[in-house]
Amino acid sequence: MSQIFARSTNIWSKVSILAVPILVAFLGWAVVTISWSGYVTGQGLTRDQPVQFSHAHHVGSMGIDCRYCHTTVEESAFANIPPTKTCMNCHSQIWTSAPILEPVRASFRDNTPLQWWRVHDLPDFVYFNHSIHVAKGVGCATCHGPVDRMPLVYQENTLQMSWCLDCHRNPQKYIRPRDQVFNMSWQRPADDPGMGERLVKDYKIADVRQLTSCSTCHR
Amino acid sequence: MKSRRSFCLLSAAFCLLAAAGCRQDMHNQPKYIPLRDSALFANGSSARPLVEDTVARGTLQDDEAFFTGKTGGADVNTLPFPLTKEVLDRGEQRYNIYCSPCHDMTGAGQGMIVRRGYRQPPSFHIDRLRQVPIGHYFDVISNGFGAMPDYRAQVAPRDRWAIAAYVRALQLSQHAAAAEIPAEDRQKLSQSPPAPSEGAAKHE
Ligand code: HEC
Ligand code: HEC
Ligand code: HEC
Ligand code: HEC
Ligand code: HEC
Ligand code: HEC
Repeated sequence: MSQIFARSTNIWSKVSILAVPILVAFLGWAVVTISWSGYVTGQGLTRDQPVQFSHAHHVGSMGIDCRYCHTTVEESAFANIPPTKTCMNCHSQIWTSAPILEPVRASFRDNTPLQWWRVHDLPDFVYFNHSIHVAKGVGCATCHGPVDRMPLVYQENTLQMSWCLDCHRNPQKYIRPRDQVFNMSWQRPADDPGMGERLVKDYKIADVRQLTSCSTCHR
Repeated sequence: MKSRRSFCLLSAAFCLLAAAGCRQDMHNQPKYIPLRDSALFANGSSARPLVEDTVARGTLQDDEAFFTGKTGGADVNTLPFPLTKEVLDRGEQRYNIYCSPCHDMTGAGQGMIVRRGYRQPPSFHIDRLRQVPIGHYFDVISNGFGAMPDYRAQVAPRDRWAIAAYVRALQLSQHAAAAEIPAEDRQKLSQSPPAPSEGAAKHE
């Protein structure tokens, strides 16, 4: 009987001992990289909106407060996207013939809502609530980044579960005094390292067990 | 040979399964969340306007002075609830959010939007506006006035009163007689002003 394996098989078997783990590791790395990339999480991407609304213009250079448009952010889970009427408060008199604003005027005339595309979109099985975060001193900029410098909004963070948990485990690293929540340029004071711990105590932030329990976010 | 074929089939089936795992059914569930669109209604929005003249439980607006700023057609002259420091603080905050873009922080009518071409509102520090009853402010916020849009949807009735009270405080700040100032503060008037501290002018 002739030999089943050719002599060269020895080399192949040795190479594959090395190659298989490398391949597996590469696949693992690729899966992790792809699932953490903006392509999957939406991080850093902008979307084409019906009107190229610029926060950099309205917030950054004109100083309009977030709450002028996102009226419910302090009281409800949802931050609210302003209705066309809010735009028309000013645009009934400003840039009234600009073609860029025609969709806004048409929407106001015909009483059809503007269809904005969501930039931040958590899966529907996650429960998120703005009001509790605002009430406990988490700034808009902590989660949404420098919105006042964004010509088009993009998603600053991954919005993955690990991102939520990182803060829910260490809120003292992120929270700020309540009256600074809407201040987009607030900096953590360098001369007061104990501020985070103090605020966690003052604002009676729930303990880590409650904040990381599954049913807090998956209800 | 046979085992190789079944291996191929098996791995193909596995790949299909893995791909099917990427379906987003639970991510995008067929339910309405706020502002999600709807194929059911003509204008595409899932939130429906209230049928006209319906009143939800507990929202009957029967307190005429509180909800319209008028009694028997005339503007009321007093705040419909007691004035406290909290009310004024709330009024200051709401004023700075909703009014200062046009009326500016001091009420002089030189806000950012006016500087970009909006019609200039009158200053709050003129005699006519100092003398109108406080209900007038409530009415202007609720229903607009001339070229000014209404803020009915953005500002709740209680906050409108708080803003009105704060406008009164602004007016007083520009129009107080020295005699009305408490004695210990009046002394400071004659001293030279302290150097402006850094960051004191920043608003929240
Ligand atoms: C003049 C009105 C206006 C003001 C003021 C304003 N926004 Fe917005 N905002 C909008 C509109 C309209 C959209 C929807 C269009 C878009 O996504 O760009 C939006 C979208 C957003 C989004 C993305 C929502 C999504 O689709 O996920 C974020 C985050 C946001 N705003 C944060 C802020 C913050 C923080 C501030 C205050 C610093 C602010 N906005 C002030 C009008 C405003
Ligand atoms: C408080 C007043 C105000 C409100 C509310 C407002 N805008 Fe504006 N907007 C302005 C002013 C003032 C300008 C002109 C900017 C300039 O002169 O640089 C402007 C400019 C624009 C422009 C063109 C310039 C640019 O930014 O590229 C667009 C588009 C626009 N606004 C869209 C909107 C939309 C959509 C809304 C409603 C969500 C809205 N605006 C609400 C005051 C307002
Ligand atoms: C703890 C982090 C966090 C903070 C703080 C925060 N946001 Fe958000 N925001 C989110 C997340 C997460 C979403 C996506 C919600 C979803 O998909 O259901 C979101 C969505 C939004 C949206 C889109 C509409 C909506 O509610 O889904 C707007 C507008 C917005 N945020 C504005 C603001 C403003 C203004 C502030 C400051 C007062 C703020 N956010 C503070 C995390 C945050
Ligand atoms: C930068 C910090 C931070 C981030 C990021 C953050 N949170 Fe929170 N979250 C807090 C704080 C602080 C509280 C207040 C806890 C308390 O005292 O009730 C809170 C409370 C909550 C609550 C209410 C808890 C309760 O007891 O009812 C929910 C739900 C929640 N967060 C969901 C989320 C989700 C979902 C995300 C990610 C998309 C997220 N949070 C990201 C800081 C954060
Ligand atoms: C602070 C809020 C928070 C808590 C607490 C939390 N989660 Fe999550 N979870 C999320 C968010 C946000 C996502 C969505 C992540 C994404 O979009 O990639 C998620 C996604 C998941 C997913 C992935 C589903 C999918 O199809 O991708 C699983 C499984 C999950 N969570 C299980 C758990 C379990 C088990 C616990 C308790 C140990 C838990 N979560 C606690 C916020 C939370
Ligand atoms: C978009 C710009 C704008 C904003 C924001 C705005 N106003 Fe006005 N306001 C005006 C203009 C313009 C006039 C002058 C109207 C006229 O005479 O036709 C005016 C006039 C007034 C008057 C004078 C009425 C009279 O009897 O002459 C009062 C009082 C007033 N506003 C209060 C407010 C309050 C309170 C707010 C905040 C809730 C506010 N305004 C926000 C533009 C604005």
